[in-house]
Amino acid sequence: MIRSLIRNLKAVYGRVYVRIVGGNRYLHEIFADAFLPLLNLSAYVFVYKAMNAPQDLASFVIIGGVMVTFWLNVLWSMGAQLYWEKEMGNLEVFLLAPISRMAILFGMAIGGMINTSLRALATLILGLYIFNVNFNITNPILVFIIFILTLIALYALGMLFSSLFLLFGREAWHSANLLQEPIYFLSGIYFPIKYFPFWLQVIASLIPLTIGLDAMRKLIIYGHDFIDIQLHFFLLISLSIILLILAKFSLNYMEKIAKKEGRLTLKWI
Amino acid sequence: MSFSIETYDLTRIFKSKQSGKINIVKALDNVNLKVSKGELFGLLGPNGAGKTTLIKILCTLLFPTSGKAYVNGYDILKETSKIREIINVASGGETPGYGILTVKENLWFFSQLYGIPNKIAKERINELLEIVDLKDKANERLNKLSSGMKQKLNIARSLINDPQILFLDEPTLGLDVISAHQIREYIKFWIKEKENRTVFLTTHYMAEAEELCDRVAIINEGKIVACDTPENLKKMVSKGSSFEIEIAYINDEKINLLKSLKGIIALSFNHKIDKNLTIIKIVVENESIISDVISMILNLKSKVISLKKIEPTLETVFMSLVGKGLEND
Repeated sequence: MIRSLIRNLKAVYGRVYVRIVGGNRYLHEIFADAFLPLLNLSAYVFVYKAMNAPQDLASFVIIGGVMVTFWLNVLWSMGAQLYWEKEMGNLEVFLLAPISRMAILFGMAIGGMINTSLRALATLILGLYIFNVNFNITNPILVFIIFILTLIALYALGMLFSSLFLLFGREAWHSANLLQEPIYFLSGIYFPIKYFPFWLQVIASLIPLTIGLDAMRKLIIYGHDFIDIQLHFFLLISLSIILLILAKFSLNYMEKIAKKEGRLTLKWI
Repeated sequence: MSFSIETYDLTRIFKSKQSGKINIVKALDNVNLKVSKGELFGLLGPNGAGKTTLIKILCTLLFPTSGKAYVNGYDILKETSKIREIINVASGGETPGYGILTVKENLWFFSQLYGIPNKIAKERINELLEIVDLKDKANERLNKLSSGMKQKLNIARSLINDPQILFLDEPTLGLDVISAHQIREYIKFWIKEKENRTVFLTTHYMAEAEELCDRVAIINEGKIVACDTPENLKKMVSKGSSFEIEIAYINDEKINLLKSLKGIIALSFNHKIDKNLTIIKIVVENESIISDVISMILNLKSKVISLKKIEPTLETVFMSLVGKGLEND
């Protein structure tokens, strides 16, 4: 039992290492990841400024622009990752190892969170500096907790996607492309979703990014406290648990199908 | 006697849909094998014979359709974790790893999947890199390596957890002569280095099976057609005679005419287009038939460049049992 736990923790650490070292080896990629989100973000800030919209909206857009880097990481580096691992011949090595398959996904998720946090921080600092935006935070610890909970729920969604993309996606990038824009739209990354019809707001609230963003904006821009975001807090915890269970279930199902049909390990199937 | 691998009536059927029709392929057909501990066992067969399917089932990566199999006494369906702790696999042509990481980093990552402590992992990585002659490339990124080097790295990866049972699926595929020789030498050394280590090797290189294996099973269309030591297999075909005939190029249609001659047990051929030659290996019931073969070659407007009698090899055994050569499947 303890031996198995240590082995799984080592597998998590190994996969975190791959992601962090691999993700930071090319300087131009770090630059692109940190600076390019600023362009999109700036476009929205300028539109709001041209419309003489309240200054709050610039802060609103910056928080959305920072969080969108995590969404892109979840989609392309988590959701599509098992597909790439299969293409590289690594999936079979993972399936062959005496570890839980969740250890690999946890490793990918933690590595992705760390890598993207560094890039997001660069985007945040530059955004604040360029647009001279002030935040109104009264409870920084709560902001941090909500940020972490949002990441856990978001990456749990990524873990679920990774096996679903592999099993049902024709090509991983098609599945990722299919989801990228709708989530941009529904999560209210650059605009408040309170202008959506009610039914659309309900759908949007099933996405962890929407809930996390709304809670963080309340805490960071409007200086709210726990009482105002407790529903968000419990929703994020619930979503994290549900998505992690679903990810585990779908990963087991993926392995069963792989063994039954041979389509993930045999090239001619 | 304890066995490393046992299979009982192991069968695997694949079903796939092609243009609305269900296509059924019997990849393994009631395979019964027993591989002893400490044995270097070879599975020889043409492409599509079922070699890889059998390895995937034994490695717990694929379910059988029916039958039973045990690895080190563990049931492949019920005791997968125990099996995974003591085995590893290297497949020729596969190059697992991350292109952006160095050779050393990749091996370290794979060692972590087996929970190997850092100190032991580092020592083993250095040792393995020396064995596969990649020490100079230890800090080179994987995507900078040649395909031969990647294959060597794959072999090193398969040894990272010091497995008790090593599955090698065409391990020297695509390697140059020197690298393939190095790998074969190491496999011979590895199995003897510690007691009770077992190697299950699939190959379609006859010479490789003959050089390495204590016993060889010949598989064709999912069925084991023979299983014995290379020497005993050769004795099985000692009643026939084998010849190698080098002739001026003739097309496949004419070769089929040759095959239809009475008294021919098996025939395989290999064209050397650049030299305008066809090399035929032939197993005949008795030596007198060879004159009929020569007459027919001349009738087919070809000419005989050379003719020699050859000693039985695994290749002629295979030809006699299957009726064709490996390269003509």
